[in-house]
Amino acid sequence: MYSVLWSLLSIIIAMFGSLTVAAGLIMVERRLLGIWTRRYGPNRAGPFGLLQVAADMIKIFFKEDWVPPFADRTVFVMSPAVIFMTVLMSFMVVPLSPFVVSSRLNVGLLFFLAMSSLGVYSIVLGGWASGSKYPLLGSIRSITQMLSYEAFMGLSVVGVVLFAGSFNLVDIVKAQKGLWFVIPQLPAFIIFLIGGVAVIHRLPFDLPEAESELVDGYHTEYSGMKFGLFFVGEYLGIVLISAMTVTLFLGGWLGPGLPPIIWFLLKTAACIVLIILLRASLPRPRIDQLLTFGWKVLLPLALVNILVTGAIYIAIQ
Amino acid sequence: MFSILRTLWLVFINMFYKPITVKYPEEKPELPARYRGRIVLTRDPDGDERCVACNLCAAACPVDCIALEPALRGDGRRYPRFFRINFSRCIMCGMCEEACPTYAIQLTPDFEMAEYNRRDMVYEKEHLLISGPGKYPGYNFYREAGAEMGVKRAGEGEHERGPMDLHSPLPGSLDQEEQSRK
Repeated sequence: MYSVLWSLLSIIIAMFGSLTVAAGLIMVERRLLGIWTRRYGPNRAGPFGLLQVAADMIKIFFKEDWVPPFADRTVFVMSPAVIFMTVLMSFMVVPLSPFVVSSRLNVGLLFFLAMSSLGVYSIVLGGWASGSKYPLLGSIRSITQMLSYEAFMGLSVVGVVLFAGSFNLVDIVKAQKGLWFVIPQLPAFIIFLIGGVAVIHRLPFDLPEAESELVDGYHTEYSGMKFGLFFVGEYLGIVLISAMTVTLFLGGWLGPGLPPIIWFLLKTAACIVLIILLRASLPRPRIDQLLTFGWKVLLPLALVNILVTGAIYIAIQ
Repeated sequence: MFSILRTLWLVFINMFYKPITVKYPEEKPELPARYRGRIVLTRDPDGDERCVACNLCAAACPVDCIALEPALRGDGRRYPRFFRINFSRCIMCGMCEEACPTYAIQLTPDFEMAEYNRRDMVYEKEHLLISGPGKYPGYNFYREAGAEMGVKRAGEGEHERGPMDLHSPLPGSLDQEEQSRK
């Protein structure tokens, strides 16, 4: 009984925490982009512009929520909820601290990969159901991009699983007590980060929604709160990829002095800032460049990494 | 690969520079003296209005936002009976200032002209006319341009044609060429 209550509490903490952080990112990202281009960013609403989040939310709730007459209504309405739900489901397996874990699933890592694959459905169906050409082009791109980069992301974590001997994320963090996996698994860390940014289609890999070519990609026809759900889903994706990078490679909650959950939040925040910095500085590659880079550089690199890690693992045994 | 890391670093260190943004309503931007903002009508040093209602500014204006009507004063001097600028159309291009022969119309470094009511954007002569000489202190058109200098009168120069006879029915130029041949 006690354990059920505790995991319910953990679910509430993880859900509200991630949603609050994702909403806050709307303002934090604009603020950081401003600072990195020597501006201020939104600083008028409230102290340090903190009320900008509230202002954005009020605005998006009262926007007209329009469904185009040529759209497939059921699928059109459903697909924003799918990405939101899948990303939120992934947070279930992320251990915030040794005690704050919603689910100690023994295939936690596979669950995360499965959920991020399901997220593709949202974009594909959203683009298809919109019934116009740019959303469709955007979703075609997202299929090629997300499916191929998920392959490298999955391959890159094999080394981590080998060392930890478990798919359970709590065990993976516990296995990093001596040495964080970022040091023995540096190539895998880089591949995971690049693959992660590509899978949540953030800049510089935001080809499914490239504004300069595809109007707004798969969410061109969306407005109001449905667009808002896509948007919050994207920010949740940033939080998720950062949290997973921290869990798999940067030692999760481990760290001296401070309480475990604070360490986890600090590391995650650093990862989020890094992903926003990528947006602020790098240009977007073409879709063929992106896929060439994926299949000709990242895939061999990931395979070599698995081979070398396996060889070392057998030699140690 | 190296260039990507360099780009990341160069963007990141922007954090430690002071932003170039001017926090506008609290801090005012420093405007240069020749900034093209609100249009004024100036007076000459004697306090007389400079405008002679020649209509050149209204002709030069690309958006036709200037309207004026000339009238004669008691001493025979022209002046604008009304002078109206519609600032909701004005594009602050400064062509009126370039066209003005008497330096009467001038643009000033002031842009805070927002109004809640569109009609308030139409400025009449009493709103435009200022009490000073603006950018050209000490300039008086009637003392500097077309003034008698005591050297020679019109048509008395070495290769200069005489003044045209305005009342002759003949084309003026032919008449003058004949005169100069004589």
